[in-house]
Amino acid sequence: MSNWIEIAALEDIPKLGSRVVRTDTMNVAVFRTRDDQVFAIKDACPHKQGPLSQGIVSGTTVTCPLHNWKIDLASGEALGPDEGCTNTFSTRIEDGKIFLSL
Amino acid sequence: MKQKLILIGNGMAGVRTLEELLKLTPDAYEITVFGAEPHPNYNRMMLSPVLAGEKTVDDIILNSREWYAEHGITLHTGDPVVSIDRAARKVVTQTGLELDYDRLLLATGSNPFIIPVPGHDKNGVLGFRDIADVDTMLAASKDYKKAVVIGGGLLGLEAANGLMKNGMDVTVVHLMDILMERQLDAPAANLLKASLEERGMKFLMEAQTAEILGDGRVQGVKFADGSSVGADLVVMAVGIRPSIELAQQAGIHCERGIVVNDTMQTYDPRVYAVGECVQHRGSCYGLVAPLFEQAKVAANHLAQLGIARYEGSVTSTKLKVTGIDLFSAGEFNQEDGDEVLVLQDPGAGVYKKLVLRDNVIKGAVMYGDTLDGTWYFQLLRDGTDISGFRGSILFGQHDLGDAGHGDATRIAALGDDAEICGCNGVCKGEIVDAIVKKGLFTLEDVRSHTKASSSCGSCTGLVESILASTVGEGYDATPNKKPMCGCTEHSHDEVIRGIRENELKDMDAVRNFFEWKNADGCASCRPALNYYLLAQWPGEYLDDAQSRFINERAHGNIQKDGTYSVVPRMFGGLCTPHDLRAIADVAEKFDVPEMKVTGGQRIDLFGIKKEDLPAMWADLSEAGFVSGHAYGKAMRTVKTCAGKTWCRFGTQNSTGLGVKLEELTWGSWMPHKFKLAVSGCPRNCAEATIKDFGVVCVDSGYELHIGGNGGIKVRVTDLMCKVASEEEVLEYCGAFIQKYREEAHYLERTAPWVERVGFDYVKQAIVDDESQRKALYDRFKFGQQFAQIDPWKARAEGEAAHEFRNIEISAA
Ligand code: SRM
Ligand SMILES: Cc1cc2nc3c(=O)[nH]c(=O)nc-3n(C[C@H](O)[C@H](O)[C@H](O)COP(=O)(O)OP(=O)(O)OC[C@H]3O[C@@H](n4cnc5c(N)ncnc54)[C@H](O)[C@@H]3O)c2cc1C
Ligand code: SF4
Ligand code: FES
Repeated sequence: MSNWIEIAALEDIPKLGSRVVRTDTMNVAVFRTRDDQVFAIKDACPHKQGPLSQGIVSGTTVTCPLHNWKIDLASGEALGPDEGCTNTFSTRIEDGKIFLSL
Repeated sequence: MKQKLILIGNGMAGVRTLEELLKLTPDAYEITVFGAEPHPNYNRMMLSPVLAGEKTVDDIILNSREWYAEHGITLHTGDPVVSIDRAARKVVTQTGLELDYDRLLLATGSNPFIIPVPGHDKNGVLGFRDIADVDTMLAASKDYKKAVVIGGGLLGLEAANGLMKNGMDVTVVHLMDILMERQLDAPAANLLKASLEERGMKFLMEAQTAEILGDGRVQGVKFADGSSVGADLVVMAVGIRPSIELAQQAGIHCERGIVVNDTMQTYDPRVYAVGECVQHRGSCYGLVAPLFEQAKVAANHLAQLGIARYEGSVTSTKLKVTGIDLFSAGEFNQEDGDEVLVLQDPGAGVYKKLVLRDNVIKGAVMYGDTLDGTWYFQLLRDGTDISGFRGSILFGQHDLGDAGHGDATRIAALGDDAEICGCNGVCKGEIVDAIVKKGLFTLEDVRSHTKASSSCGSCTGLVESILASTVGEGYDATPNKKPMCGCTEHSHDEVIRGIRENELKDMDAVRNFFEWKNADGCASCRPALNYYLLAQWPGEYLDDAQSRFINERAHGNIQKDGTYSVVPRMFGGLCTPHDLRAIADVAEKFDVPEMKVTGGQRIDLFGIKKEDLPAMWADLSEAGFVSGHAYGKAMRTVKTCAGKTWCRFGTQNSTGLGVKLEELTWGSWMPHKFKLAVSGCPRNCAEATIKDFGVVCVDSGYELHIGGNGGIKVRVTDLMCKVASEEEVLEYCGAFIQKYREEAHYLERTAPWVERVGFDYVKQAIVDDESQRKALYDRFKFGQQFAQIDPWKARAEGEAAHEFRNIEISAA
């Protein structure tokens, strides 16, 4: 069951940047890559719940600001030696607007 | 349907078994863990550093509750299992939970042995085993003064050291005439005792405890010879007893420990046991290395691979008292026919002894210099015939080769199968392999890839040396060149030069020119490139917020809970009632949970929500404050002392000069953080000689010091020169900063930079070459035009608003 919610215009997120979407139950980090792909993952690092939205984005990974774990934006999985996974959510872009499905 | 596995005992051996099992088959079992303690699994060995105040309980948690949840493991803490019904295959807990199992893993550890003398159950008498014991000791150290530790073994000495660090007056009572008699011979034990005595520890040797005195709470300890000593706290560290009551009650065969075979199964094949509660081939172990080996074997069988066998372990010991190096392994008291090699240098506090039988090492004891312990232990376990190098063996392994290069060569000389991390059984070869294949550069990386040095930590130095020698070898292959990061082959110096000489003015231009492997670069090169471009092209290059670490993007320090801290600048540490009132008002208005005076002479406001930052900055900026850049690779603070205005020793106006320096330099971005200080006389109350740039005022002028660092590795400044006027101080300072800004590598502080390029090189440029100094100073002042724009005010007025505003949606 999908339930798309419009959250922002694409330009509201800087390239290689992110915004925090606050829902009733959690924070979702929405990222924009250099080539305008948009990814949404739970804003909590699998390591110690660091706010991934605050990390540096390159390609399709984000580096957690607290202890530098690298998380793949598409799968939510930690890369490299670290193991762990955070939730991912679907997004789609229509007419320059970002929609999120929770 | 999945089989059910129950683990009783949420400690180091049990949980390590689960980790090994999950590596082999993540989904084979539905796992439930029962632990008597209220905590998730923690590193018990690190209780000693926790007691000594070197670590916190949070630091030593090995598996957080999230870890259990992520792996689908149900964890019940604070609820011991009280009985096992093997016929019905279920366990019952204290709170009355009942649960079935298909397989059961016992890892109940052991209990400290409490000598059953009269009074042993008095208040204030305890063992040293778990977090609760440490909490009790820490609480006692606040209210009481005198502690007695019974037992001069490893655990007792670590407990005594910790209590002493907490300000207690500590006496160690030992039954034998030498300390740690199971690990040390008399000479080594005496060196140890002398050095502990020097730290203030007291000893009562050959004293047999007869009674604990006191009514209600302990007041003293009485000995067999009738003498006694006062005590408000008694820690018994005389040994451990495998915790076997539960197994015994369930009818599982036990002797001293729960008896297991080579596959770690008890007499009931559905029931496995690992850890200190176990007796294997007649031996019980009390160190983690063998327990971790057992864990591997048990996991292998639980995963139904059925190939591993545990055949017992040889153990070695190190003492975790900071500043004392001690190593022992094997049989070190010689028997008839054994030979002994000894090296003694009492002056240097070094003692090494090897016991040989037929030219094979049987035991080793080392004190003071333990670097070769690993090598001896390896020769011992391999049963190597050492007759070929017997004459030089005590001088260590480096003496075998062409000698003389210290630790690095000694490490390089170790064979690939030399064990480095005893706790986790990691050999040098595995570490080197991981470093080379995975391109590791830091200790943390090595820890996460190999587990080496992640348990008791005493091999950290060895791992660091391996890292140095391995990365060093790669270094030799391509002379003078270490790539900036995985995205490029080029070094920092090449990139810095390339940016300048080829007029590369944005990040894509740099990455194209140097053929970067990733279009976006990575979290390590992007901040560096952003800095290099900013430093080289002030006013032209447009700062890229997305290439800055969050602290610099949000202009505050991110905290572990995702909030931020705010440190307003206080020029030279001076303040007025108005300033303090304004800060107090802001703190109240925004409900700041904690404030603190920093080591940099200003005030830190902690726990600010990101979305509140701009409004808070608006108020601060209204009151005249600008950002303190406490979060940046930037000019931080100018620390000053009272100076001539007030101090009876002051020779110059150090506060005034500090303010001028801060006014000149605030806002400038740097390769790393940069700190200044001005002291009014050579008493140096502002600690100017551990700053990046320090001024010490003297009657005839100002001494200028550079390249100090007070952080991880302390470096005292070099005296660059003496000047006569404040104007010169400003000029020399600006020029020095600019030289550093233009040439140092990103994340290189002035101390390592000065050491890398050489003090003379810097001095030559700043002091001897007037035209270079003036040119540098001009470039610095030019850059400051663009840098001295308060980022807080700008954001309070709406710049980068998206950074601070969340998108709110309601699921409804
Ligand atoms: C607040 C303060 C502690 C205090 O309450 O006194 C502090 C707090 C932090 N220090 Fe510090 N340091 C503080 C003075 C110092 C000092 C003392 C001094 O400056 O006189 C030192 C040693 C002197 C030196 O730097 O040479 C110091 C050496 C470090 C280091 C080690 C640097 C090194 O080169 O070895 C780090 C780690 C780093 O920078 O990579 C560090 C890192 C940190 C960080 C930024 C850790 C982090 O990354 O989150 C802390 C941020 C806390 C926060 O959120 O605000 N802090 N830190 C001090 C702020 C001073 C200020 O007003 O800006
Ligand atoms: C202060 C200190 C320093 C040390 N330093 C070192 C060192 O430097 N090097 C080294 O190699 N070793 C050291 N050790 C020893 C090392 O910590 C132990 O060998 C290791 O922790 C034993 O692991 P284990 O899993 O067998 O037992 P534990 O880690 O003790 O785990 C057993 C757990 O089972 C629980 N339990 C018991 N009965 C039940 C029940 N019925 N139901 C539920 N839970 C139960 C216990 O509460 C405990 O949490 C040190 C120990 C201490 C106390
Ligand atoms: S403030 Fe400095 S010394 Fe204190 S915990 Fe943080 S980094 Fe360590
Ligand atoms: S919380 Fe993300 S790396 Fe530690």
